[in-house]
Amino acid sequence: MSDVALRMEHIYKKFRKGEVYNSLRDLIPAVTGKMFRSQELDTGDRREFWALQDISFEVKRGEALGIIGRNGAGKSTALKILSRIMRPTKGCMVVNGRLSALIEVTAGFHPDLTGMENIFLHGTILGMTKREIQSKLDQIIAFSGIEEFIDTPVKRYSSGMYARLGFSVAAHIDPEVLVVDEVLSVGDFVFQQRCLDRIRSIIQGGTSVLFVSHNLKSVTEICQRTMMLEHGKVVAIDNSDVVIRKYLSAAPTLNTPGESKAVYITKVSVRDRNGEQSTFESGQRAWVDVEVTAREAVDKLAVVIWFTDEMQYTIFHTSTERLGFAPFSLQPGGSYRCTFELGLNMAHGTFHLVTEIYRYDIQKSYDRSDPVTSIFIGSTTAVGGAVNCFPRLVDSETVAPSTQSCQV
Amino acid sequence: MNAELQELYRYRELLYMITYRDIKVRYKQSVMGFFWAILMPILIVVSGIVVRYAYSMVAHTPLRTGDIASVAIKSVPWAFIVSSIRFTCFSLTGNRDLVVKIYFPKEIFPMAAVLACLFDFCVAFVALVIFLAIIKIGVSIYLLWVPVLLATMVLFCVGIGLIVSAASLFFRDVKYIVEVFLTFGIFFTPVFYDISMFGDRGKWLLLNPVAPLLDGLSKCIAHHEAPDVHWYLYSLTFSLAAFLGGFFLFKHLEPAFAESI
Repeated sequence: MSDVALRMEHIYKKFRKGEVYNSLRDLIPAVTGKMFRSQELDTGDRREFWALQDISFEVKRGEALGIIGRNGAGKSTALKILSRIMRPTKGCMVVNGRLSALIEVTAGFHPDLTGMENIFLHGTILGMTKREIQSKLDQIIAFSGIEEFIDTPVKRYSSGMYARLGFSVAAHIDPEVLVVDEVLSVGDFVFQQRCLDRIRSIIQGGTSVLFVSHNLKSVTEICQRTMMLEHGKVVAIDNSDVVIRKYLSAAPTLNTPGESKAVYITKVSVRDRNGEQSTFESGQRAWVDVEVTAREAVDKLAVVIWFTDEMQYTIFHTSTERLGFAPFSLQPGGSYRCTFELGLNMAHGTFHLVTEIYRYDIQKSYDRSDPVTSIFIGSTTAVGGAVNCFPRLVDSETVAPSTQSCQV
Repeated sequence: MNAELQELYRYRELLYMITYRDIKVRYKQSVMGFFWAILMPILIVVSGIVVRYAYSMVAHTPLRTGDIASVAIKSVPWAFIVSSIRFTCFSLTGNRDLVVKIYFPKEIFPMAAVLACLFDFCVAFVALVIFLAIIKIGVSIYLLWVPVLLATMVLFCVGIGLIVSAASLFFRDVKYIVEVFLTFGIFFTPVFYDISMFGDRGKWLLLNPVAPLLDGLSKCIAHHEAPDVHWYLYSLTFSLAAFLGGFFLFKHLEPAFAESI
């Protein structure tokens, strides 16, 4: 057996956009109409659009490949072709062994059936035999953590329980190739961690994984290599860190200055000692340069910057005014520059830097770039969460259970 | 085609599970439970008896028990054909999530729809047997034809179901057309009447592939005689062609399901 688990060679996928005849009532006049008209109006080429172009990659046995890209880059189409739901327009692919997908883990559920019945239904839909499900039943139920409700119709479940049960079934398939698409967006934090752990142990068991996510942090945690798609093409395929850096540096730049804005942000950049940068080590120092330009005369301005995490939660913010600088005023055509020095004491992950021009006394926002830049903080394995508190273990002791018995 | 049939065989447990789901859900949702399975056949049988009574009034002939038995025997399978084609029509579009998101042979959906209706048919058939015993229709060697005729009927339904389910996925008005055919089909099929009532012209009605099957069932159960073998072979050929053609068409269109549904 070769050590390649999966290979795509020059895969192309074309979609047709625009008019699609989805009823006979529309189709018949259209077809008869076409027969009588000459073929001068053949605009077929213009209505086509390539969702994937020349995608080639391979995944070795036991390897995890991340796939990142913006919405519409073709990630989902690629996965649908891999899982044989769609057929590519051109190209070929090889899958060695059973492929299963963790996409929409509850798709096979029927609300009126009980949890137990749904385990069997969903399991067989995903390609397991009844005997396999039977043998893993205890594990599946234990993993989902809903033993008590296993004989309740799933329509009475909360959405979290629903997702947990779905993931539990799907995570016990033991495929040779596993495709994971954004399943981690379901469930609470604890369950997400459990899913990640499960995926990691699946990989250790020799399964190849294709991992699609917008959560760059989980991508780096799971995958050694990552592929970046843009407009249906592979733009990078390399070590995850390298690709993520490229992905972040390709982030959309500032909007063109709105005509209506009296004052607008013209430049935001993040740099380290050596120049502009998007990847940092936790605890490193960074400098943020902000430049604003006025179209009209404006008074009492301040520049505010903040960081949000992947959930858009603000984890830090500051401003020129908070740091003790007096509000500034600008004449038409005038500009203002400032530089913030920051200690990046965040833990591993992606953070977005947002900048705003703000006037505190009348609480007015003049311009905001959201998000301007994303930065990626490199991992130190010692910490998790949003902040790096630079922990150190200074004492540790094991206490044996006391041997005294209780007197009654 | 061979590889595709093998794949279908590999997924036989799924066919069973989806059928089980369809049956279970239908019976769970309705308070009346099994009564549903016999409600529609009872309605058809009763309306058939009313129509036959009207015939006999006009023709001034007495209404014999053989006629009533014949109507009942043809009505129950007809109810099966109607409901299975109706359910296959929605079998793919009603399972949109599964069609779009997970790979497996999708012909399982129309097949499971027919099998779920077959379950209803079995319940109704038991009721029919009890009814026939009450009105004292005896048994004969020709009853051996019954499984053969029923199997052909299931094959026919699966074939039509494959075509109809795929067509209604691509064209949303197919379900209305199918519904019209199912409503008026009973007038072109010997359910309430017998082929013999038309004399020589009766053979034109037998061109309807369902007609020889229903006529055959009536002959071998109610009248204790063999069905017309030639017309049966015609139905069998038609059903086989529908099944093979339907399967081929379905498999040909299947890769486009996910993007068209």
